[in-house]
Amino acid sequence: MNASGNPILAVRDLEKTFGSLVAARDINVSVPAEQTVGVIGANGAGKTTFINMITGHLTPSKGSIQFEDKDITGLPSREITRLGISRSFQVAQVFPSLTVFDNMCIAAAIARAHGDLFGTVTTALRSPAAIAEAQATVELFQITRYRDTPANTLPQGVRKLLDIGMAVVAWPRLLLLDEPTSGISIEEKFDLMNVVMSALKSRKITVLFVEHDMEIVARFADRVLAFYDGTIIADGTPHEALDDPRVQELISGVRVKPGAGAAHA
Amino acid sequence: MAVRSRLAGVLAFLMAAAAAPLMPDWVVSLATIAFANALVVLGLVVLWRAGLVSFGQALYYCIGAYTVALTARWTGFNDAFGLVILGGIGAGLIAGLVGALIARYREIFFAMLSLALSMILYGVLVKTESLGSTDGFTVSTPTFLGFALHGDKLGLALYWLTLGIGAVAAVLVGIYFRSIAGSLAAPIRDNEIRVEFLGVSVTRIIHVKVVIAGVLGGLGGALAALSIGHVDPAMSYWTTSGGFVFVTILAGAGSVAAPFVGSLVFEAVRSFAVDALPGLWQMTLGTVLLLTILFLPDGLGSLATRWRKREGAKPT
Ligand SMILES: Nc1ncnc2c1ncn2[C@@H]1O[C@H](COP(=O)(O)OP(=O)(O)OP(=O)(O)O)[C@@H](O)[C@H]1O
Ligand SMILES: [Mg+2]
Repeated sequence: MNASGNPILAVRDLEKTFGSLVAARDINVSVPAEQTVGVIGANGAGKTTFINMITGHLTPSKGSIQFEDKDITGLPSREITRLGISRSFQVAQVFPSLTVFDNMCIAAAIARAHGDLFGTVTTALRSPAAIAEAQATVELFQITRYRDTPANTLPQGVRKLLDIGMAVVAWPRLLLLDEPTSGISIEEKFDLMNVVMSALKSRKITVLFVEHDMEIVARFADRVLAFYDGTIIADGTPHEALDDPRVQELISGVRVKPGAGAAHA
Repeated sequence: MAVRSRLAGVLAFLMAAAAAPLMPDWVVSLATIAFANALVVLGLVVLWRAGLVSFGQALYYCIGAYTVALTARWTGFNDAFGLVILGGIGAGLIAGLVGALIARYREIFFAMLSLALSMILYGVLVKTESLGSTDGFTVSTPTFLGFALHGDKLGLALYWLTLGIGAVAAVLVGIYFRSIAGSLAAPIRDNEIRVEFLGVSVTRIIHVKVVIAGVLGGLGGALAALSIGHVDPAMSYWTTSGGFVFVTILAGAGSVAAPFVGSLVFEAVRSFAVDALPGLWQMTLGTVLLLTILFLPDGLGSLATRWRKREGAKPT
């Protein structure tokens, strides 16, 4: 792929065990800047575990994670966030009692205060810069209409966009999206992904997204990682990965729609 | 709106300061105690907003009070302002230690650990005969910038000191509420995981809240000690903590002024009930709490908000 210079993310021999259960093993990947990587695999294949290790939610049992030449293995999540890796969640994680704008403003203000304790106590939440940043991101994700709506009453799709927007408002260089379209109806999925992906492209963000819908993967990914039983069984362009016989055999939904990407390209 | 409520706060402060010389002594001392206690309640509001209740805030109240009493007794240092600041610092240091332990706990565990720590202090003080055990001991009369005052002048000076420290604390806590760390109270209540992933340590933010509440509790206890002229272990007893939580519910967490109004109402109701309905004081208290929770779940402070909303709705 367009592997110019050092990879932004390099994962080596990563492994995670829970007691006797091996949730992830022998994971080796390196991702060049600005690539969009689709992550596929059956339920329980280890996709979320993989993302949780990169973002510091879980400490790897073995192996190393390099981000922009810095070893981030085992760092706490908030430090990893500050280094420039953000994430969204399989189930959208927003602040339900706050409005869309307040959610975004909090995320923007924290990102600008660089998160250290003294900074958060001495910086006003609603600084003009944070307000401008929050407003710009609300617009970028096309949820301006819901700006003053409390997050607990949002439609699922808007909640997802807000969740991702709150990760993007910090200007991360690497973004991990865990099933951005889960809980979204088939008709809405492509619209949602179009909004998300054009927003991320406009900010030159490197993306890893977990997705079960192969049409979406084929349409939006530059590269596909296929997970099975905690490890990567295929890594290549969407065509290479989705046509791989083992992937077709082991991951449901791949074989059903061969070459689906073309329909939406 | 913000400008108007700030203006109202300044006016209320000036009126409270100017009216004092016209009020009878007992009203001045009642208001002094009310505002001293309001500082403790303001600290509880800081915690409350993040969904945390401390049933042991009397710990800091008591530490503030004993810091004042012991400093005066052991060193002879007598300046009221200096003593109160020491009380705040002493309680803040203890809160820093306590926070390292309890900032990881939530809900009933947070509440009960606070309670346990305050009862440990109570137990220690009761066992310390050199400090008068359950009787406590007398606090020497403070001086003000080198002036020794007596009688009603002393009462007035303490009142103004309390009012002034209360006003400064209210302004500072107001600024804190508008800071990022202060604004994270609702998000922490809502979703701690998300706060962590935004790059902030929830534990540290709560630790800061514990220290702020501790300093405020210490200042309140220090002022109360000077005003009452006496300290005893009951200042750390769980009923004292319960009283502060009571006033917090009565006042509500809506504004930094509410604790002062709520505490004044509480002390007024108490002195009325103790005089007029002897023996029925607890029942009166219970009834007031019940009515507050049923009809004013957001406390007395929410009356002002409702009023403002109604005014705003009116065409002008
Ligand atoms: N905290 C944990 N403790 C114990 N086991 C876990 C934990 N987290 C994940 N697992 C196990 O690790 C394996 C991989 O789970 P993971 O959540 O990574 O799968 P996934 O690929 O994201 O699946 P899905 O598509 O359902 O989201 C599963 O067997 C799961 O039960
Ligand atoms: Mg998952």
